[in-house]
Amino acid sequence: MSIEPFNRHTGLVAPLDRANVDTDAIIPKQFLKSVQRTGFGPYLFDEWRYLDHGEPGMECSQRPQNPDFVLNQPRYAAATVLLARANFGCGSSREHAPWALRDYGFRAIVAPSFADIFYSNCFKNGLLPVVLDEGVVDQLFQAVYDASDYRLTIDLPEQVVTTPHGDAFPFTVDPFRKRMLLEGLDEIGVTLAEQAEAIRAYEQRRAQEAPWLFAAR
Amino acid sequence: MTPKTLYDKLWDAHVVTAYDDGSALLYIDRQLLHEVTSPQAFEGLRLAGRKPWRLDANLAVTDHNVPTTAHTEPVADPVARLQIETLDRNCAEFGVTEFGMGDPRQGIVHVVGPEQGATLPGMTLVCGDSHTATHGALGTLAFGIGTSEVEHVLATQTLVQQKAARMLIRVDGQLAHAVTAKDLILAIIGRIGTAGGTGYAIEFAGEAVRALSMEGRMTLCNMAIEAGARCGMVGVDAITIDYVRGRPYAPQGELWERAVANWRDLVTDDGAEFDRIEVFDATAIEPQVTWGTSPEMVAGVGAVIPDPRQVEDAVRADAIRRALEYMDLQPGMPLTQIPIDKVFIGSCTNARIEDLREAAEVVRGRRVSERIQQALVVPGSGLVKRQAEAEGLDRVFSEAGFEWREPGCSMCLGMNPDRLNPGERCASTSNRNFEGRQGQGGRTHLASPAMAAAAALYGHFVDIRDELGG
Repeated sequence: MSIEPFNRHTGLVAPLDRANVDTDAIIPKQFLKSVQRTGFGPYLFDEWRYLDHGEPGMECSQRPQNPDFVLNQPRYAAATVLLARANFGCGSSREHAPWALRDYGFRAIVAPSFADIFYSNCFKNGLLPVVLDEGVVDQLFQAVYDASDYRLTIDLPEQVVTTPHGDAFPFTVDPFRKRMLLEGLDEIGVTLAEQAEAIRAYEQRRAQEAPWLFAAR
Repeated sequence: MTPKTLYDKLWDAHVVTAYDDGSALLYIDRQLLHEVTSPQAFEGLRLAGRKPWRLDANLAVTDHNVPTTAHTEPVADPVARLQIETLDRNCAEFGVTEFGMGDPRQGIVHVVGPEQGATLPGMTLVCGDSHTATHGALGTLAFGIGTSEVEHVLATQTLVQQKAARMLIRVDGQLAHAVTAKDLILAIIGRIGTAGGTGYAIEFAGEAVRALSMEGRMTLCNMAIEAGARCGMVGVDAITIDYVRGRPYAPQGELWERAVANWRDLVTDDGAEFDRIEVFDATAIEPQVTWGTSPEMVAGVGAVIPDPRQVEDAVRADAIRRALEYMDLQPGMPLTQIPIDKVFIGSCTNARIEDLREAAEVVRGRRVSERIQQALVVPGSGLVKRQAEAEGLDRVFSEAGFEWREPGCSMCLGMNPDRLNPGERCASTSNRNFEGRQGQGGRTHLASPAMAAAAALYGHFVDIRDELGG
């Protein structure tokens, strides 16, 4: 499946000011029963966002919202960039977490660190996780709180985050993931087109070295 | 030759193509599938008109959604039923072997893999579940993946991976009587933190790790992900080989001999270098209980709830404050005074036969406290259940007032009907104490099977060392 490419994005920033946000919080377990990739946005952060108990298939427009939850504040309603704290996306490997964030409308998440599996899952779904130094993230939180309509520009080709004042913070991303996301490539298609011969050759060699791995079962 | 770590050996043996940036296309020997993270992957194959690259490398099992009441009854929740039936249909359509509901081999994917010998030393093994780290106990490179990667493995038998940094966790000395692998891993997470292992592959070694059974090693590796590491592993020794021998999917005859000769090299060479080394003293580790909403919020059973006002780091103090509010606990309160409402003995962390024996030893001939509303024992697989029943453990639990259930993930994450109600407090042998993990508003305290069993008897935590003698 090809993905939505990510090139350069400027968007309103919403601050989620807590560390170790886990994937159970991002999308609670009851929504994992879906067999689709879409439709998770209304249930993003369900237990923090609503005051009632959410179940799959619920119509969310009439549900009681938690006014204290940041995404329910009108000033962040159009946010497309999530500013977060350390170890964002820890816990379960559920890809439903990036599906929900993307479906809600986020294109990028900026944090001091991400959990490994979540980080990897984001790239498969047109969602760019950006790691910046803890001190820089602290500054950005302050800036978001101080200004209304605070926007960041995230430039993937140049690998830089730019503030409205022109401060620029470079970030790293490995070349393979960058290419996949920039071009919106179907990674399976790329592997099959470029690596099928190498995979077969590996299997032939490996079956000699470790035949028990290729026994009938 | 340059000495290599176990992780380097496993990695190097599976590189199909090495890329300039240090990443590689890795060959995957085994993929385990379950109903929650596979439907979109099968659908992706179908939409692209692709077939699985190598059918026999895949094994599927239903676990997350299945009820733990009689498996002969239809699944009542229609959404869960659809997901279970979707796995059945996908496996039938594509030709993947599945242990479905009603099959005696069905159970939690991370219990079933090793039990069947579908997990072998030296393999790369993946599953769309973060607790895939469990399988590293067999000297396997095993890690959790997302659904897009599940589809990639189905279609190509490979994954593009970044190589992790190497961390050695060496545990010197011996664990005290009644202190278990669960206490050890909780103590490790308590010290290095839930992000301490992020970006690392962890190898567990040292005298205390060598002394663990395979079940104990699986508990240890299972929660590597709770320390942030995608994989944990233990080098192969006689305990590993004895465990694998004779299992249904294990090699036999001449192939077995060849395999064992190969597996004996699956240890870190003397002098191999790690990027980080953490050393623990096993003798200093107490039975552990979590008090917060992250596995790193843990302490020895003799401790009191910490005071966020005494924590300098502002982000951490805030996290503790939020956690205590959610958990409805006060600073200074002894962990042994926390009243418990429910007890859950189960999950991919602690639902193997040894775990059930450990809990049964505590409850034998005694009664669950009157304040406990529900005490569940959920075996990790149909075969674990059968073994436990052959040993009479089911009667030990039932006579004490526990409910003896059918295998599945159950109240570890409450996707099936087993869950906490808002405000309920659970002593649980599972792996995550996140907000809402066992049910919205539920409060989880993680502990070992013996500690959870004792909490059921008393209605609060006790020091299991006093209970079982030292």
